[in-house]
Amino acid sequence: MIAAFTAPHVAWSAIAPVVIVLGAGVLGVLVEAFVPSRFRRSVQVALAIIAPAAALVAVAALWSGVKSTGGTSVLGGSVLVDGPTLVAWLLIAALGLMSVLLAADRTEGGEDAFAPSVAAVPGSAYEEQARSTGQVQTEIYPLMLFAMGGMMVFPAAGDLLTLFVALEVLSLPLYLLAGTARRRRLLSQEASIKYFLLGAFASAVFLFGIALIYGYAGSIRFADITAATAIPGQLDSLLLVGLLFLLVGILFKTGAVPFHLWTPDVYQGAPTPITAFMAACTKVAAFVALLRVVYAVFPAMHWDISPILWIVAIATMLVGTVAALVQNDVKRLLAYSSIAHAGFILTGVIALHQRGIAAVLVYLLAYGVATVGAFGIVYLVREKSADGSVVGEATALSQWAGLGKQHPVLAVTFTLFLLSFAGIPLTAGFIGKFATFSAAVAGGAWPLALIGVLASAAAAFFYVRIIVLMFFTGEHDGAEAAEAGEPSEAPAAAAVADEGYGVAVAERTATATAVERTTTTVVVRAEGFAVVAIALCAIVTVAVGLFPTPVLNLIGDVAKFLP
Amino acid sequence: MSSFPWLTTLILLPLLGALALWSLPSGARRFAREIALAFALVELVLTGFAVAAFDTANAGTVQLTETHSWIAAFGVSYAVGVNGVGLVLIAMSAVLVPLVVLAAWHEQGSATAVSNQLRRYLPLVLLLQAFIVAVFAARDLFFFYLVFEAMLIPVYFMIGGFGGARRRYAAVKFLLYSLAGGLIMLIGVIVLYLHGPGGADGFLIDRLTGISLDPTVEKWLFISFFIAFAIKAPMFPVHTWLPDAAEQAPAGTSTLLVGVLDKVGTFGMLTLCLPLFPNASRWAAPVVIVLAVVSILYGALLAIGQQDMFRLVAYTSVSHFGFIVLGIFAFTSTSISGSSFYMVNHGFSTGALFLLVGFLAARRGSARIDAFGGLQRVVPVLAGLFLVVGLSSLALPGLSPFVSEFLVLVGSFATQPAAAIVAAFGVVLAALYILWLYQRAFTGPVTAGLETLPDASARERWVVGSLVAVMLVLGFVPGPALNLVRPPAQVTINQVGVTDAPAVAEGSAK
Repeated sequence: MIAAFTAPHVAWSAIAPVVIVLGAGVLGVLVEAFVPSRFRRSVQVALAIIAPAAALVAVAALWSGVKSTGGTSVLGGSVLVDGPTLVAWLLIAALGLMSVLLAADRTEGGEDAFAPSVAAVPGSAYEEQARSTGQVQTEIYPLMLFAMGGMMVFPAAGDLLTLFVALEVLSLPLYLLAGTARRRRLLSQEASIKYFLLGAFASAVFLFGIALIYGYAGSIRFADITAATAIPGQLDSLLLVGLLFLLVGILFKTGAVPFHLWTPDVYQGAPTPITAFMAACTKVAAFVALLRVVYAVFPAMHWDISPILWIVAIATMLVGTVAALVQNDVKRLLAYSSIAHAGFILTGVIALHQRGIAAVLVYLLAYGVATVGAFGIVYLVREKSADGSVVGEATALSQWAGLGKQHPVLAVTFTLFLLSFAGIPLTAGFIGKFATFSAAVAGGAWPLALIGVLASAAAAFFYVRIIVLMFFTGEHDGAEAAEAGEPSEAPAAAAVADEGYGVAVAERTATATAVERTTTTVVVRAEGFAVVAIALCAIVTVAVGLFPTPVLNLIGDVAKFLP
Repeated sequence: MSSFPWLTTLILLPLLGALALWSLPSGARRFAREIALAFALVELVLTGFAVAAFDTANAGTVQLTETHSWIAAFGVSYAVGVNGVGLVLIAMSAVLVPLVVLAAWHEQGSATAVSNQLRRYLPLVLLLQAFIVAVFAARDLFFFYLVFEAMLIPVYFMIGGFGGARRRYAAVKFLLYSLAGGLIMLIGVIVLYLHGPGGADGFLIDRLTGISLDPTVEKWLFISFFIAFAIKAPMFPVHTWLPDAAEQAPAGTSTLLVGVLDKVGTFGMLTLCLPLFPNASRWAAPVVIVLAVVSILYGALLAIGQQDMFRLVAYTSVSHFGFIVLGIFAFTSTSISGSSFYMVNHGFSTGALFLLVGFLAARRGSARIDAFGGLQRVVPVLAGLFLVVGLSSLALPGLSPFVSEFLVLVGSFATQPAAAIVAAFGVVLAALYILWLYQRAFTGPVTAGLETLPDASARERWVVGSLVAVMLVLGFVPGPALNLVRPPAQVTINQVGVTDAPAVAEGSAK
C-alpha cells in the first residue's frame, strides 16, 4: 500500500525573488521557441529587465520581516533567507538589472555586443550570412537570467548540495556567455573554453570537498555540519581537507590568488556587458557564500583556516596590484584591479569579527556599482576605422589619451569610478575600504589592513595613470604616454594646450590602426539603456560616498547569519 | 551671532563658487575671472565677520563650533570649530585666495580675454579654498582625514593640468607621496578610534583627547600620524615632492600649495599629534628636533645652489618649515606661539615670493636665475617689492616673519639650546640665498633682451603690495595676532604635560 504523499510545504513568498528570476528565465526559453523572430528581441529584453526589477520589489517586501525575525529557513533547510541573503539578492538583482541594460543597448550602429550567431565558425560564410540577414542571438537574456538565479541561490544555500547546484547553475550560462562576443570572436571563444575548463576543474574540487565533509559530518545540512564540527572527533583531517577544497571552489569564483589565472583572459575576451555582469554579480554571490561558510558553518575551524586565508589575501592584494601596474589594455587592467579588490574584501572576511559581515557587504555594493559603471563606459569607447565604420571597442590604453578634452562628461564619470576603486574619500569605494579595514583591525588582523592600505596606495598609481591619460595627454602622445611605467614628458605646456582643442582626425597618425573614438552621444541617439545604467551607478557611487548612513544602517541592521 | 554657522558658510561659499564657475552659461563665461574674484572677496569679508565673532579673550578654547552626527555607524560626525591658531590660518588663506585669483588674471593664455584654461583653473582654486577651511576647522578626526585626502584632488589637477613641461611627473609624485602618507595615517585613525570611547561620536577630537593608551600603541600611532604630516609639511627626508611640484605648477598653485596647504602638516602636528599622543610626542621630540634642524640647514643649503627660482623658493620653504617644527616640538608656550604665528607669516612671505617669481617668469618665459640680470634698472618697482619680500623671508625686523622667527628661537633656546643655536645659522643661510638671488637677478648689468621688460602693472602692485602691507602691519603691531595664538599654545603645553619654561630669563634683582 503506497502511503499518501504529502507535498512538502514551500514558502513561496520567502523565495519569491529567486522564483521570479528563474521563472523569467524559463519563460525566456519559451519565448525563444514560440515568439516570432520579429518580436523576439523586444520581448526578451522586456522580460530580462522586468524580472530583476520585480525581484527587487520582492526583496523590499521581505526586508522588514527578515529584519525583525532574523530570517527563515525554507525548503526544508535547503535555502536560508536571512539578512546577508537579502542583501546579496538586492545587489545581484540591481547589478544584474544594470548589466542587462548594458547588454540590451545597441548603440549607434544598431549592433549590440553579441555575435549574430554564436555557433558559427569565425570567418566562415555562415557567419557572414547570419550577420547580413540580421540574426540576433536572443538566448543571451534567458542565459543571464538563469545565471542571476544561480547567483541568488548560491549565497542562500542551506546545504552543500544546494550550494553545488547553485554554483553550476550560475557558472554554466557564464561559460557560454563569455564566448558570445561580436568582435574578436576567437579571443572570446578562447576565453569561454578557458573559463569552462578551469571552472569545471574547480567545481570538481569543490564537489570532492563536499564529499569529504559529508564523510565527516554524515549530513549535508549546514546546521548539522556545524553541530558536528563542534565535537572534536577522529576524522578531523577529513574535515580540514574537505573545507580547504570547498574554499578552493569558492575562491576560484572570487578570483583570488592562486585561482585567478582565468580572470584577465575571461574578462578581456567576454563581451563587455557580460564582463560587467561577471565582475560584479559573481563576486557578490561568491563572497556572501564565503562569508556564510566561514562565519556560520565552520566557526569552529577559524584557527585552522586562518593562516591559509591570510596568505591568500596578502597574495591576492599584491599580485592584483603589481600585475595591474604593467597592463596596457583597459579591460585587463580592470580585471587585475578586480583581483586586488577581491583581496581587500578577503581582509574583511578574515577579520572573523562581527563587523566583518556588514563591511564586506558595503564593499561589495561600492565595488559592484563602480565596476558595472566602469565597464559600461568601456563599452561605449569605440574605434572607428579610416572609412568611418565603427570597428569595435578601443581597449588599448593608448587609445584613451585625450578623451577628457573631447568627451568631458564621459571622462569625468570614468574618473569618478576610478577614484571609487582607488578608495578616495567622498566616493562609495572609500566607505567600503574604511569599513573593511576597520573590521580587519578590530578583528586583530592589522597587518592585513596595513598591507591593504599600502596596496591601495600602489593601486592608485595605475588608476591615476588612466586619469592622466584622459585629461593631461594630448592625443598625439597617447602611444608613448600609455607605456606602462614612467609617464612621458609632454611638450611645452602651451603647445599641449593648443593641441588639446579641436584636433582634426586627419592629423593623427600616431597608432598603426588609425583610430578615433565614438562616445556616449552615440548611445543616447540610439537607445539610452547604457546611459541610464552608467548614470545610476555614478549617482549611487557619489551618494553613498557623501551620505553613507542610510546604506550602512540598512545593511548593518540585517548583517547576521541564521545559525 | 554666536549660533550662526560661520565655519560651514566659509566652507560652502567657495564650493558654491566652484560649482557656479563650472556651470556657467556660455554668455557669462567671459566674466569667469570677475566671478571668481567676487566669490573670493565675499569669502574674505565673511572671514572678517567670523573673526569678529570669535572671542579673543578665550582664544585657547575651540569656538564657533558646530557638531552634527554624520555616519553614526562609524562614529563619524560633522564637527567644526576653531581656536586661535585655526582662525588665523583660515584668515590667512582668505587673504591669499583673492590675491592668487588676481595674480592669475592674465595667465594661462588669458592676455586679452579669459581663456578656457583659466576658466578651468579658477574653480579648482575655489574648491581648494573650501577644503582648506574645512581642514583647519575640522574637529572630527574622520572628517579631518577625509578632507586631508580630498584636498589632493584639486591640487593634483592644478599641477598636472596647468603646469610646466614635466607637470605630469610632478603631479603624480605629489599625489602618490601624499596619498601614501595619508593611507598610513588611515590605519592610525582606525586604531585610535578602536581604542577610544567609540560610539556614535567616537571620532570627535575632544572625545579622543586624554584617553589613556598603551605606550607602545601610542608611539606607533604617533609615528603613523607624524609620517603623514611630515610628508605634507614637508620635512627632510620626505620633502622631495615639493621642489618638483613648485617648479612645474603655475605660480598661483605654488602659492596656495606652499603658503596654505603645507600648513596642514604642521597644523596637524600641533592640533592632533601633541594633544592626542602627549607621551609619544615627548618621547619623539629629540628625533623630531634633530630632523627639524637638519631641514633648516639642508633646505637653506640646497636653496643656495638652485638655478631655478621656483625651486629655490620651494627649498626655502623646507627650511622655514624646519623652524616651525622646531618651535612646536620645543614645548614652550613661546616657541609654540611663535610657530603658530610663523605659519601665518610664512604664508604671506613665501606666497608673495612665489607670486613675484611668477610675474618675472611670465615676462621672461623662464624662471632660471641666469635668464635675468640687472633688473632693478628695468623694473624698479618689481625689484623693490622683491627686495622687501625677500628681506621678510630672511626675517628682517620690522616685517612680521622676524617676530615669529625670534619667538621660535628664543622659545626653543629655553629647552633645546643646542638646537636653537644651530638653527640660528639658518638665518645666516637665509640671508645668503635671498641676497645672492637678488644680486644675480636684479643688480649688475642688464642682461641682453631684458631692456624692454614692463614694470609691475597696477594689478601686480596691488597683489604684492597688499601682502607687504600686511607683513609690515603685523611686523610692527603683532599684538593682536599673538593674542590669538598664545592662549592655544598654553593649552597645548598643558596637554603635552610639560612645565612651561619662561620666555626670557629673569633679570637679577639689583
